[in-house]
Amino acid sequence: MKRADDFQERRKHLAGMTDQELYEHFWAVTGQVVDPLIELGKKNTTPSIERAVLMRMGISSQKTQAIVEGCMDKGLMGKGAGHCVYKLSKAKNIGLREAGDLLAEGKGWDEVAAMFKGGK
Amino acid sequence: MAQDKLNKNVKIDVEDILKDLESYEPRRRGWTWRKKDPDLEMGPFAYRDLAEPLAQSTGLPSSKYFDYMDPQPSETITTEIASGRFEDDIRRMRMGAWHGADHIMVIRTMGQSHIDGLIEGTPAGIGGVPITRKQVRAQRKALDLIEDEVGRPINYHSYVSGVAGPDVAVMFAEEGMNGAHQDPQYNVLYRNINCVRSFVDACESKKIMTWANIAQIDGAHNANATAREAWKVMPELIVQHAINSLFSEKVGMKPENICLSTVPPTAPPAPCVFLDLPYAVALRDYMDRYKMRAQMNTKYMEASAREATVTHVLNLLISKLTRADIQSTITPDEGRNVPWHIYNVEACDTAKQTLVGLDGLMDMVSLKDDGPLREQSREIKERACLFMEEIAEIGGYFKAVEEGFFVDSGKYPERNGDGIARKTDGGTGYGFIFERDEDYMAPVTAHFGYNNVEQYGGDPNDPAALIGGCTFEDRSKIVFVDELDEEDNVHVRMKETEKYRHSTLVKPEMEWMADGIVMMNMFIPEEKRTAEVVAVEIGKKLGLIEPEVINTEVMQAAEGTRIELKGRVGFDIDVADLVIPPEPRYLSDQEIRDDVDAYPLKIVCGTVGEDEHSVGLREIIDIKHGGIERFGMEIHYLGTSVPVEKLVDAAVELKAEAILASTIISHDNIHYKNMKRLHELAVEKGIRDDIIILAGGTQVVAEEALKTGIDAGFGRNTKGIDVATALIEKRREKRNQ
Repeated sequence: MKRADDFQERRKHLAGMTDQELYEHFWAVTGQVVDPLIELGKKNTTPSIERAVLMRMGISSQKTQAIVEGCMDKGLMGKGAGHCVYKLSKAKNIGLREAGDLLAEGKGWDEVAAMFKGGK
Repeated sequence: MAQDKLNKNVKIDVEDILKDLESYEPRRRGWTWRKKDPDLEMGPFAYRDLAEPLAQSTGLPSSKYFDYMDPQPSETITTEIASGRFEDDIRRMRMGAWHGADHIMVIRTMGQSHIDGLIEGTPAGIGGVPITRKQVRAQRKALDLIEDEVGRPINYHSYVSGVAGPDVAVMFAEEGMNGAHQDPQYNVLYRNINCVRSFVDACESKKIMTWANIAQIDGAHNANATAREAWKVMPELIVQHAINSLFSEKVGMKPENICLSTVPPTAPPAPCVFLDLPYAVALRDYMDRYKMRAQMNTKYMEASAREATVTHVLNLLISKLTRADIQSTITPDEGRNVPWHIYNVEACDTAKQTLVGLDGLMDMVSLKDDGPLREQSREIKERACLFMEEIAEIGGYFKAVEEGFFVDSGKYPERNGDGIARKTDGGTGYGFIFERDEDYMAPVTAHFGYNNVEQYGGDPNDPAALIGGCTFEDRSKIVFVDELDEEDNVHVRMKETEKYRHSTLVKPEMEWMADGIVMMNMFIPEEKRTAEVVAVEIGKKLGLIEPEVINTEVMQAAEGTRIELKGRVGFDIDVADLVIPPEPRYLSDQEIRDDVDAYPLKIVCGTVGEDEHSVGLREIIDIKHGGIERFGMEIHYLGTSVPVEKLVDAAVELKAEAILASTIISHDNIHYKNMKRLHELAVEKGIRDDIIILAGGTQVVAEEALKTGIDAGFGRNTKGIDVATALIEKRREKRNQ
């Protein structure tokens, strides 16, 4: 889009503001722009967020992508990749890292998927 | 034995740094500011705006006139180091720290933004370094040693961006990274990463950075570097800063950890201070809660390091007139090559020199409360506000990005239709955003957003308790990945340069160990194009490999051209083959005075030949220049253009013990001929055994002077103490004979 500089026209509602009023107005509008972005972050997740969760659970960066891909294949991203590892580790009574290794190798996914279908 | 302390006279042992990295633990988390000392006194001066001095450092060249003192500005000083070989960068970091850098920023290798996951090992990089856990650990470990050596904490910094932002943020938090760039807008605009993905990822990244107390720097200044007419994007720059800053604050980041990367947008020949100062004031008015990371201008950088330095000094003036918490530096050679060691140091010195030189300025001057400064500043703020309003009106940030609001070269609200437009449903990472289900769960610390740990009896305030603590609580859970590539790693690279670390062989370097690069300056009395070709030919004849002109400046179209030429040398120098004369040693003032008291010393001196220069000799003699008069020696100064015969005759007549001859003119080796003549005349007159003959001048080489038969010669930069020491020592030798 091309547009000539219509600053004098546009600024009319700002012209009467003190510097402090302009400051407060600017930050209020910025808040309107930013708030929806924060909401998106609260409600959604991504492969990199899930990898970062797995890393904090003590799983090697070499395994995290494979686990997240497994989650995506099984439609389990909405549950959380860390959640899948956690569930398998509890179900099999094995460590988180061991559970992560299994999932990274493509094993145990049906079990995990079934557990999620059976309730939580 | 592992090095646990550096010795200033011994190179840092990079091989040792690389050992036992799997068990290295960072000593702290988070950012450290310099300790200000408003009452600092150093040497004869009282300072107002400075920080505590370092335990060890390298002062400015002129510090030798001030007992080598090295006052430090209160602003954190950044140097950006990433040559592609992090192992060589470690040595450069040490050099930077000695010159006052306490924020070391590592640039990532090209393309790392688009790698979906962490890179591990230590592959070589292009235009930067692949940021990996092993590389970060090695550099942080080295910086621990270096900060102990200089006596001030050093902040280490890299980038949390790209499609693996959260992965990188976790690794940085675990590894004690102190600062990081994080700005989702950068991903969107310059890396074409999907905008929704960028912001969702950024929430997690920022939350992790918040936990680790990592200082954040945003990416707004890139709009300045990208826009065609950089001074017109000021309203947008403010908008970008505001979006990232408030977004970060809403994630939970403390305002004092939010640093705005701001660059004075213009450079001469534009009236840059007149344009940049109102912008700087406007930005700081709006962003009063946040820290300022003042960057230097790169937009208008050419190959002249001198020109870049002047622009950077003007940028520093803006910092001083307004506010900077972190003063970043751009190497003045960035316009012509990947920065070299020496220019990192030069840039740090430019910042230190200017900020120390401007100490106390704002106690004497203030910015006017009316006139063009406030008018323009208000206009910029209003334009920025209108920009933000329009983003809100049209439906939010993503819509604005789709419509090419950003990096448009028009001065908002003017629009030129050349902005960067990105689709909400496009770009790298599109289609990889998943809504969290009601039972979504992540049992870790510093996880942003909805997280249902209660379903397992977990505590929402401590989700990681569910797994007995995550890596943030229990370091033993971190998985250290070593090399993945047998060929492309630091150990292979260091093998290639091993002989330069473990022998007496030396090669010059600018970027990497033993790269052989040298630079030559020359004036070629030809027009520009011819001069460039001539210079390359000179390089070839000198034996340089791949000589290349890196800077050309026309002195006058026909009269000639200034050239800077780089090339590589193909040989090594073996220090073992060299005779290296020891550094001169000095007697103490007291020792000299005592000797003169016990044995009064009479000297005749003058500038010999047909030579009217007197300054050099007066510097050696005069008490006000710290010359030898102060030791109580009896000086008979015969003036300038003194015939050598007259000097010798005067010595005979006055029964002087020494002759001091100054000889500046070196045409046809007249300076050495005069020395020889002095010696011969003294022999003829039968006084040679009784008299000490010393001669000096700017073109005198000590070894050559000795060959003429005199007792000692002195070249450029000689001081009274050099001459006095030589006189006393020669006299002692004679007395002992």
